[in-house]
Amino acid sequence: MDLQNSDAIVFMGSNMAECHPVGFKWPMKAKAKGATLIHVDPRFTRTSAMCDQYVPIRSGTDIAFLGGLVNYILTNKKHFEEYVLSFSNAATLINAGFKDTEENDGFFSGYNAQTRAYDRATWQYQTSKAPERVPEPSSTGETKEGGVGTPTQPVAGSVKGVNFAALVANRLPGVPLQDKTLNDPNTVFQILKRHYARYTPEMVEKICGTPKELFIKVADTLIANSGRDKTSAFVYAVGWTQHTTGVQLIRTAGLVQLLLGNIGRPGGGIMALRGHASIQGSTDIASLYNIHPGYLNVPDAAKTHDTLLNYILTETQPTSFWSNTPAYVVSQLKAWFGDNATADNDYLYDTLPKITGDHSHLPVMVEMSQGKIEGMILTGQNPATSLNAGFQRNAMAKLKWLVVLDFFETESSVFWKHADADPTDIKTEVFFLPAAHIAEKDGSMTQTQRTIQFHKKAADPPGDARSDLFFWYDLGLRLKKLYAAGRPGAKNLDGIKNMTLDYAPDPADVADWIHKDEPSALKIFKEINGYDYKTKNPLNSFANLASDGSTACGAWIYTGMLQLVNGQVVNRGEMLPGKNDGWVSPNWGWAWPANRHQLYNRASADPAGDPWSAKKKYTYWDAAAKTWKNDAGDGIDFTLTKAPATPANATGVGVAFHDGASPFLLKKDGKGWLFAYEGLSDGPIPTHYEPWESPVKNLLYKQDRNPITKIYDVPGNKYNEFAGTQFPTVITTYRLTEHHLSGTMTRWLPWLAELMPELFVEISPELAKEKDIANGEYLRVITERGTTEARALVTKRLRPLTVNGAIVHQVGMPWHWGYQGIATGDVANNVTSFVADPNVSIHEGKAFTCRIEKGRARA
Amino acid sequence: MSDLRGMFVDTSICTGCKACQVACKQWNEMAPGVPLPMEDEAAVREHRAFTGNSYDNTGHLSATNWRHVKFIEQIGPDQTTADRSDPRWLMMSDSCKHCVQAGCLEVCPTGALYRTQFGSVDIHQDVCIGCRYCVGACPFGVIAFNQRTGRVNKCILCQDRLEVGMGTACAKACPTSSLTFGTVSDLQAMANDRVKALHARGQTDAYIYGWDLGNTGTITAGPNKGSAVKDVEVVGGLNVFYLLLDKPEVYGLPAHAALPQRNFVPSAGVALITAAVLGVTGLAAFRRNRMDENAAATVEGGA
Repeated sequence: MDLQNSDAIVFMGSNMAECHPVGFKWPMKAKAKGATLIHVDPRFTRTSAMCDQYVPIRSGTDIAFLGGLVNYILTNKKHFEEYVLSFSNAATLINAGFKDTEENDGFFSGYNAQTRAYDRATWQYQTSKAPERVPEPSSTGETKEGGVGTPTQPVAGSVKGVNFAALVANRLPGVPLQDKTLNDPNTVFQILKRHYARYTPEMVEKICGTPKELFIKVADTLIANSGRDKTSAFVYAVGWTQHTTGVQLIRTAGLVQLLLGNIGRPGGGIMALRGHASIQGSTDIASLYNIHPGYLNVPDAAKTHDTLLNYILTETQPTSFWSNTPAYVVSQLKAWFGDNATADNDYLYDTLPKITGDHSHLPVMVEMSQGKIEGMILTGQNPATSLNAGFQRNAMAKLKWLVVLDFFETESSVFWKHADADPTDIKTEVFFLPAAHIAEKDGSMTQTQRTIQFHKKAADPPGDARSDLFFWYDLGLRLKKLYAAGRPGAKNLDGIKNMTLDYAPDPADVADWIHKDEPSALKIFKEINGYDYKTKNPLNSFANLASDGSTACGAWIYTGMLQLVNGQVVNRGEMLPGKNDGWVSPNWGWAWPANRHQLYNRASADPAGDPWSAKKKYTYWDAAAKTWKNDAGDGIDFTLTKAPATPANATGVGVAFHDGASPFLLKKDGKGWLFAYEGLSDGPIPTHYEPWESPVKNLLYKQDRNPITKIYDVPGNKYNEFAGTQFPTVITTYRLTEHHLSGTMTRWLPWLAELMPELFVEISPELAKEKDIANGEYLRVITERGTTEARALVTKRLRPLTVNGAIVHQVGMPWHWGYQGIATGDVANNVTSFVADPNVSIHEGKAFTCRIEKGRARA
Repeated sequence: MSDLRGMFVDTSICTGCKACQVACKQWNEMAPGVPLPMEDEAAVREHRAFTGNSYDNTGHLSATNWRHVKFIEQIGPDQTTADRSDPRWLMMSDSCKHCVQAGCLEVCPTGALYRTQFGSVDIHQDVCIGCRYCVGACPFGVIAFNQRTGRVNKCILCQDRLEVGMGTACAKACPTSSLTFGTVSDLQAMANDRVKALHARGQTDAYIYGWDLGNTGTITAGPNKGSAVKDVEVVGGLNVFYLLLDKPEVYGLPAHAALPQRNFVPSAGVALITAAVLGVTGLAAFRRNRMDENAAATVEGGA
């Protein structure tokens, strides 16, 4: 909603009008108020049609484009100096041993070619000497990382009687050193200038195929619409994430926005458009293998996580808001294991499984293809049409059993029906369980603005369809029963046996419905919110969470969505229709954390606490009242009474370590990071690398591709030759308004099926002519992984680009189709590959290469 | 006048999402172009219609498509050269315009087509005899014959919703307010403001199709770049009217719509003479009887 306050919006890596059509009303409001809308995209889409500027780009070269913006801003001295100096780490000094990709032909210092990994020692801040540590009797080992590092000293023993505050205080690092003149060659500012010096408009044109004039127009528009009186926003979605450089790509936008002073201010920011309707919620409550609810790391066998005490001390950052981690961790264990979790048994921490590597989607499917996995439960997933779909279908054929919960008989539930499969060879036993739709069950969704909305069931599901909540609850109860009998050889007996699973149906909730045994979603909601363990009253704020087992909380970020007001429990996730309480709408739903809608909003005031301008007034310091205020009703994302002039405190724990002009309270130094000395495995500053499959070599460095890209060298996943001649065409995959994901919610619906009935590939008239393909004819998209057949949609909305003097064609293919449902079509993902970003293991379905041929795939 | 209800269709903010098409079919419980899978799966597959015409796969208004979003690609001045300057992709959600002088209504011999209390044109399905005169009489090609029922269908401005104080289903579903439901006078004021606002930000193409509110403009892109445009009032005004960004013909709308029955004046004269010559005057009389009172009056008055 904040996009309505933007003066300029750049959509890049997002096709918002098509993929987030309802939210697109906010940019349209901004436009009506005079904002300039820009779309940077390989294709001219329905979003482009709504924008003032359309800027073509070659898929996968966004870092070159955004790095070009960084260079343009710095070269022309257009950065927002006061903001950058106070709020970012521009002035911070980096270890003198740091070597940039410019000096190292595409590598940062610390690269180990054997392990294909970076040692981050030379990326660290220069700091003052850390305070003397009080000896801890049982500690052994040494601190691994310097700077404002993570304490990694193992400590023996239980958490019983431990004073976490003292232990955390004992791990305070030194204070980062700064040069406020920004002249020191080791300042982040100077490093940045050197790093991006060659990302000139001319270089952008050469690499991205974007005409120089269009690029400069974007840069000038952004600069003109940033500063004290104006703010610009970036909007992205999976068009930025799904690359082998995905995380760094988004970070580059972070650099642009920090330099222009557009973070934490109304109309600014980087809008991450998450999936519908609760992808945000499923990251929060956490469907990823490596995070527990509330962004707590899953215990890892490779880290100092052997005991609860060591886990907590490893994970707790002494100098950021994360200094409160002990309370979040212990409360979470208390929520999961209830009465059985005590300080004496370390709250049953030892029963939690530890991860031993990357267990994300792609490596798990690789293991499945090798016969290492016996069974799989699939819900809301359709691997049979997912990345390198043929590989995944073959992998599923190695399973002994497969359970699929879905609305319709998805491609995955009948993976053996694919034309290339021979069912007589497949031994997998498949169980299909019909699932209830969202309107057929109680629950909540958290949308892209972190706003949670609780909803009531509207109708009974048809036939045997049940909520997935019922499935998991019932499965849990059955396992508990089995384990209570003490099955010999059972793995993790104590973990399963001691789960609370205290979600028994509430008779009042189910009175009107057919199924009386549906568990209570509200009880789960309350567990996530957190409650006082003794009184069972919900907690109003995460500040109430304790590390002594007196509170239970499933996910600290959600504490406060249920509140005790005058003795009554209020569900703030419930919608109050018709209530208009301003554009922030603090009473419409509830945004985590603590109903703060605009994160880091202290940055909307200058270092002294005054609004940057009357027009962009948001959070500000009221000197008379000695408190921060926000007239729009947003939550203050800062210590409420910490004055702007408060100096940094070298012995302060948590945010007390930061001064009063450090808005980024989740960061260890309170600053926005132009240079990320930790957190990323592939470099502290974003660098342009070509996609793993590209028709051209890297024009900036000898190192063509991200050196630590996750690659899967397994049968059935062969990569196209890099910069070769066999696969000269760049291809990107995408979604349409008319369908959703692999189509399981849309291709079965006749009204939607007729709107987009068949798979097509968008190609330019130029490429169509070269390949002798007429509009509407069948064509084949070919890669080393397979072939996909589609109809040709010949359109000038696609265009050949001139990349380093040569023509590069791009085509686009939506990936909604499969062999089930009403609107059927070939599987787009037959041609994609398993290759991933090293930080988060996301695939590169947005930029790879192919060959286009006329005609059908099968006779 | 204040009771008249209509819609303002601002094509400058239409994102082509087709939510209006789906909402229309859902509210009016209309069959999709493809039948349900349980009925005949083979037929379903056969009926899938990838048209290759931009993102439009439903083609045109029909008895089961009362609303249709048009997609007009204008990437450069023409679509055959490589020139991609000033690219734009025009989208427009089309439907019955509920004309002030409705040709369909005037030719309907049974009174099946009628003017509602909201000024819109509805159809009494049980009175329609399927003669299809209205199909030819509509200057916009809106009304279609329904092979299944033997009667005609078109958008009825959600008469059932209006009767209980609701707006149209399509406007309710529109995420960007490209479709706005309201009283025609309010909508005219809104449209006029919108044209002025677009002109102020340099989008001088904008003008109104349906009413003449006095706006003029110049087309800024596409094959008609540089051409002058001005507000167009057709058939006495349209209760569902449009803000357009190019000439009406580009959207498949007539630049000078007239009721086909205007031609009845000369043609009826010719018919009379012919009838006299052939000695079968009863034919003309028979035909007049089947017209509704107004239409008949027009013809007689003219003759």
